[in-house]
Amino acid sequence: MGLLLDSHRRRALARLLLRLNTPLCVVSYVAGVVWFLALAFSPLTQNTYISENAMGSTMVEEQFEGGEHALSYARDFIAQRRKTGNLPVAWLERTMRSVGLEVYSQSFSRTLPFPDETHERYMVSGTNVYGILRAPRAASTESLVLIVPSSPGTLNAQAVGLLLSLAAYFRSQIYWAKDIIFLVTEHDLLGTEAWLEAYHDVNITGMQSSALRGRAGAIQAAVALELNSDVVTSLDVAVEGLNGQLPNLDLLNLFHAFCQKEALLCTLQGKLQHSDWASLGGSLHGLQTLMLMVLRQASGRPHGPHGLFLRYHVEAITLRGINSFRQYKYDMTAVGKTLEGMFRKLNNLLERLHQSYFFYLLPSLSRFVSIGLYMPAIGFLLFIPGLKALELWVKLNKVDFSPEEQLGPLQLVGQDVRGVALTPLVAPVLISQATGLALYLLPVMGQHVAAQHFPVAEAEAVVLTLLAIYVAGLALPHSTHRVVSSTPRGPDSGWMALKLLALLYLALQLGCISLFNFSLGFLLAVTMVPAAALTQPSGPRLLYAVLLVLVSPGATLLGSLFLWRELQEAPLTLAEGWQLFLGALAQGVLDHHLYGALLFPLLSLGLYPCWLLFWNVLFWK
Amino acid sequence: VAMAAPLVLHLLLALLLGSGGRSGAEPERDSLREELVLTPLPSGDVSATFQFRTRWDSELQLEGVSHYRLFPKVLGQLISKYSVQELHLSLTQGFWRTRFWGQPFLQAPAGAELWVWFQDSVVDVDKSWKELSNILSGIFCASLNFIDSTNTVTPTASFKPLGLANGTNHHFLRYAVLPREVVCTENLTPWKKLLPCSSKAGLSVLLKAERLFHTSYHSQAVHIRPVCRDAHCVSVSWELRQTLTVVFDAFTTGQGKKDWSLFRMFSRTITEACPLASQSHIYVDISRNSQENETLEVSPPPTSTYQAVVLGDRRTYAVYDLLNPATFSGSRSLNLQLRWKQFQDIGYIHYQPAQDRLRPHLLEMLIQLPANSVTKVSIQFERALLKWTEYTPDPNHGFYVSPSVLSALVPNLVGAKPANWEESPLFSTMFPVSDSSSYFVRLYTEPLLVNLPTPDFSMPYNVICLTCTVVAVCYGSFYNLLTRTFHLEEPKRSRLVRWLANIIRRIRGVPPV
Repeated sequence: MGLLLDSHRRRALARLLLRLNTPLCVVSYVAGVVWFLALAFSPLTQNTYISENAMGSTMVEEQFEGGEHALSYARDFIAQRRKTGNLPVAWLERTMRSVGLEVYSQSFSRTLPFPDETHERYMVSGTNVYGILRAPRAASTESLVLIVPSSPGTLNAQAVGLLLSLAAYFRSQIYWAKDIIFLVTEHDLLGTEAWLEAYHDVNITGMQSSALRGRAGAIQAAVALELNSDVVTSLDVAVEGLNGQLPNLDLLNLFHAFCQKEALLCTLQGKLQHSDWASLGGSLHGLQTLMLMVLRQASGRPHGPHGLFLRYHVEAITLRGINSFRQYKYDMTAVGKTLEGMFRKLNNLLERLHQSYFFYLLPSLSRFVSIGLYMPAIGFLLFIPGLKALELWVKLNKVDFSPEEQLGPLQLVGQDVRGVALTPLVAPVLISQATGLALYLLPVMGQHVAAQHFPVAEAEAVVLTLLAIYVAGLALPHSTHRVVSSTPRGPDSGWMALKLLALLYLALQLGCISLFNFSLGFLLAVTMVPAAALTQPSGPRLLYAVLLVLVSPGATLLGSLFLWRELQEAPLTLAEGWQLFLGALAQGVLDHHLYGALLFPLLSLGLYPCWLLFWNVLFWK
Repeated sequence: VAMAAPLVLHLLLALLLGSGGRSGAEPERDSLREELVLTPLPSGDVSATFQFRTRWDSELQLEGVSHYRLFPKVLGQLISKYSVQELHLSLTQGFWRTRFWGQPFLQAPAGAELWVWFQDSVVDVDKSWKELSNILSGIFCASLNFIDSTNTVTPTASFKPLGLANGTNHHFLRYAVLPREVVCTENLTPWKKLLPCSSKAGLSVLLKAERLFHTSYHSQAVHIRPVCRDAHCVSVSWELRQTLTVVFDAFTTGQGKKDWSLFRMFSRTITEACPLASQSHIYVDISRNSQENETLEVSPPPTSTYQAVVLGDRRTYAVYDLLNPATFSGSRSLNLQLRWKQFQDIGYIHYQPAQDRLRPHLLEMLIQLPANSVTKVSIQFERALLKWTEYTPDPNHGFYVSPSVLSALVPNLVGAKPANWEESPLFSTMFPVSDSSSYFVRLYTEPLLVNLPTPDFSMPYNVICLTCTVVAVCYGSFYNLLTRTFHLEEPKRSRLVRWLANIIRRIRGVPPV
C-alpha cells in the first residue's frame, strides 16, 4: 500500500500494469483452467472420512431379513395400483397401520404455469401418504425421513415394498430415539414439495395442499429411495440438490461406509470407482466423474426428492437402484440392511450433521475436494476482469502520463480526456436490463397470446418466445449513445467506460454465484471471461462477434448438454441436442416456478443483460 | 473429637426435648391409601397409574413439628421452611399421545415441570423459589437447579391452586418447565424412598426400574397440597400424592398381542398389601369399548366392581381390595391377567413479553371452541444469534421451546351424581370440580426443537486472526489513500545547507539564493 502513496511509484506501477496486462491475463486464465483440471489428481483430493463422532464405530449387526416380504408388498402395490389407477392410498394406509405406524395422508394440487411436456402434466393433484413410527420414551422432537416417490411414470413399487417391510421391522425394535417418518409421495418432486411446505407450515411456491395432522418435530436427515427392479446390480447415489446445494459430506460418507460393509456396488454419477486411484487412468476417470458433478450442480436442479429437503436445512441423499447387465445381483435384503444400518447410525445423532463439509466436489465416492482447494480456480479466472478493468481505468485517466512517453497502442486515447462520462452509458444499461426483464417475464405471461396467434402449444410457445426475445436482444439499437452524448470526449472513452462497467458487473456477479454454487460460477467464468476481456469495437470484429455469441449463456447451456452426454459416453447428434436444449429451457423455467430454482432468473436478469453490454461494446462504432 | 462431643450432646438434648414436648398433645392421625389403575388404551397399549396418598392431620406450616410417621420428613421440613402452600413436581419421559391413548388421569409435559404456590406470608418469593428448586433438585436427583428467572413464569390464569387456598394472588405462584430433563432410575429411587413401605411391600413392589423404563411413556410426580380435615373444613390436613404413570407398548413387548398380565408388565406379582396402608386397591378398566366389539376378560374375578363417570364417560372398573384376605385366597400371589376376547371467541388474553436473558414469553388465552373445529394458534418469531458464550456445548442439536398447555372444563357426556370426595377413589379426585356436569382436562403439546443460527465454533480463532491482520495491514493505507490529496513538492534544503551554499556562491561571485 505504501507503493500507492508515492505518486512516482504509482505512475511506474500503472505503466507496468499496462505493459504486462495481456500476458498476465493469459497466464491467469491458463492457471485457472489447469488448477481446475488438476482437482481430480492426487495432492488436491483427500480421502473421505466420517467426522461425526455419534456416527462412529458402533459394533452392530444389521438383522433385517424382510427382503421377500418387501417383494410381496411390492406385488400387492402394483396390483392395487392397477386396480385404482393412481396411488392406492387406502391400501397404503391400511398396510402401514397394520405394521403399527401412525398413518396420515395429505392431498395437494397445483396448476403448472404451463404444461410440462417431459412429464406430460398440467393440472396436478395427488395424495401423499405417510406413517410415523413413534420412538418410545421420546417426546417427538426429532425425526428421520425415508421417502419414496411414486409417480405414473416411475412406480418405484419395489421401493414402496422395501419401505413397508423396513417399517414393519423397525417397529419391532426398541432402540429408536427419533421418530421415523415413512413417506410415499405422488408426482415425484411436486408431492415432496407439497409435503415439505405443509410440514414446515410455509407456502413458497403457490402449492395448494391440506394441512398435516401428524408431525414429528425437527427432521434431522432424510433418505430418498428409488427402486424399480426386484434385484439390483448397484446403488447410485445423488447428492446435488436445488440451486446446487449439497448435503453434509458425512451423510455420503455414511452411505459409502455401509456400501463397503455390505459389499455392495455403489456408484456416483453412474460411474464406478476406478480400482487404482493413483494411476493416470484412475485420475482421468475421477476427472470425468468430477466434470459430471460440476455440470449437474451447475444446472441447479434437484436431482431427486432429496434436493428439496436441503432448503429446509435437512441433510438428504437419494439412492437409486440400478439393474444393469452385470452378473452379480443383490436382493432387497442387502439394500434393506444398508438402509437399516444408515438409519441406526442416524438415530444415534446428538446434533444435526454439521461436523463435515457442506461445500465439496467429488471425483469419486471415497475422495473429495474441499472448498479451500477448488476456490483458487475461480479466483484466477476472476482476476482477469479485474486486471482489464484496471487497465481501462488507467487509460481513461490518462493525464497521469507525460506526453513524451511512448506507450504504443495506448496513444489512441486523447490527451484532453479526464474522468469517465456516465451519461452515454445510461441508455445501453437500461435497454439491456429491460431486455432481461422481458426475457424473465414475457414467455410465461404471454404464452396464451402466443398460443392463440401461432399454431403452437403453450409449452412450445414459452420456449419459442424465450428464444425470440433472446435473439431480439442482439438486434436492439446500439447507437443510442450517439444521440445522447452531446460533448464528444474523444473517440474511445465511451466504449471504454461501458466495458469497464460491464467488466465490473460481470466480475461481481460471477463472484457472488461462485460463492453459493461453485460449479455454475466456474462454468460461466471459464466461457464468458476471455470473450469479455477481448471484446472491443476495433480489430477483427467479426471474430469477436462469433466468439461472443458462442459464450452467451444460452450457447453455454447447449454446449454443456453436449459435454454432459459426451462424458456419459452417450454422444448426441445435433438434432437430438437441439431437442434436448428446448426441453432443458422449458424445464429451467418450470423449476423456477415450481420449486424456486434460481438459475433462470439469474441468467435472464443478471448475466444476459451483462452479456448484452459486451455486445454493445462490440458494436459501439 | 473433643470438639464434637458437646455438639452431639446438644443435639441429643434437643431431640429429647422435641419429642417430650409433643408427647402431651393429642396423637396426630395420618393415613396411607395406595391405588393402581390399569387402563387398556384404545391403541391397544396399557397404561398403569399408581397413586400413593399420604394424609396427615397436622399443622405442618408451624415450625416445630418433628415427629414424622408416614409423611416423609424431608418434604415436611421443606414445606415448613419455605412456607409452601402447594407443590407440584412432575418428571416425565415421553409424550402422552391423546389422540391414540385418550385422556390421561394425570397430565404432564415432557421433561420436568415444577409449579409452586407459596403462602402469602413469604416476603421474597423469587428467593424462596430458587432455594426450593435447588433443594428439590437434590432430593430427586434432577437438574431442577437449572430453574432460574429465564425459564420461570407467573401464569395469571392457568394454574390455580388445587387444594385449599385463601386467596389466589398469582404473585405467589411460580411455574417452570425443563423440557430437556431426562428421567431415569436415579430419579425413581428417591421417589420410591418417600413411600412409607418403600418398595418392600404393597403395590410399590411392582415398581421395578428395569421394567418401568422399558415403556413408551413414563411420568412420575409429587403433589403436595392442603385439604379439608373433615366435612366442616375447620382445620387443615396435608396431602401428599405420589403418582406414577407408565404406558406399556403392546407391539414391542407383546409381539402384537393385546393380552397382558401383571407379571408380563412388571415381572412381579403382588403378594400382600402395604401393612401401613389403610386402603389398597387395584382398579382395572373393563368398560366396553364402544368402537370395537371386543370384551375384556379379567382373571382372577374381581371382588367387586365400581362404576363412575370419569373424564366425561361412564366407566366400569373391576376392583381388587388387597386388604381383603379373599383376594389372595386362590393363590399366594395376585397376578392379574387381562385377556381380549370456526370462529373463536377469545375472552381473555394475557401476554407478557420476554426480556432477553431474564424471562421468557408468556401468552395465555381463554378461547371458546366450537364443536368439531380446528384451531390454529401461531406465533411468529425471528431467529437471532446468541452471544457466543450462551451456546450450549451441542448448539447444532437445537434449542427447546417448552410445551404449551391447554386447560379446559369439558362437559360430561353422561350425568353423574356428586360423589363423596373422601370416599371415592383417588384417581377421580385429583382436580376439584365445582359441579358434576363437567370435568377438568389439561393437555400438553410436544416440546419444540428450534434451530438457531449457529456459528462454526472451530472458526472464531481463524476469523479473529484474519480480521486483525487485514485491519492492521490495510486499514491505515486505504484510509490515507482515500482521504489525502497528493501533489508534488520540491524538497526543501535545511538552513545550514543554504548558508553554506550562499558562502560558496559569494566566493564565486554569484548572487545568493
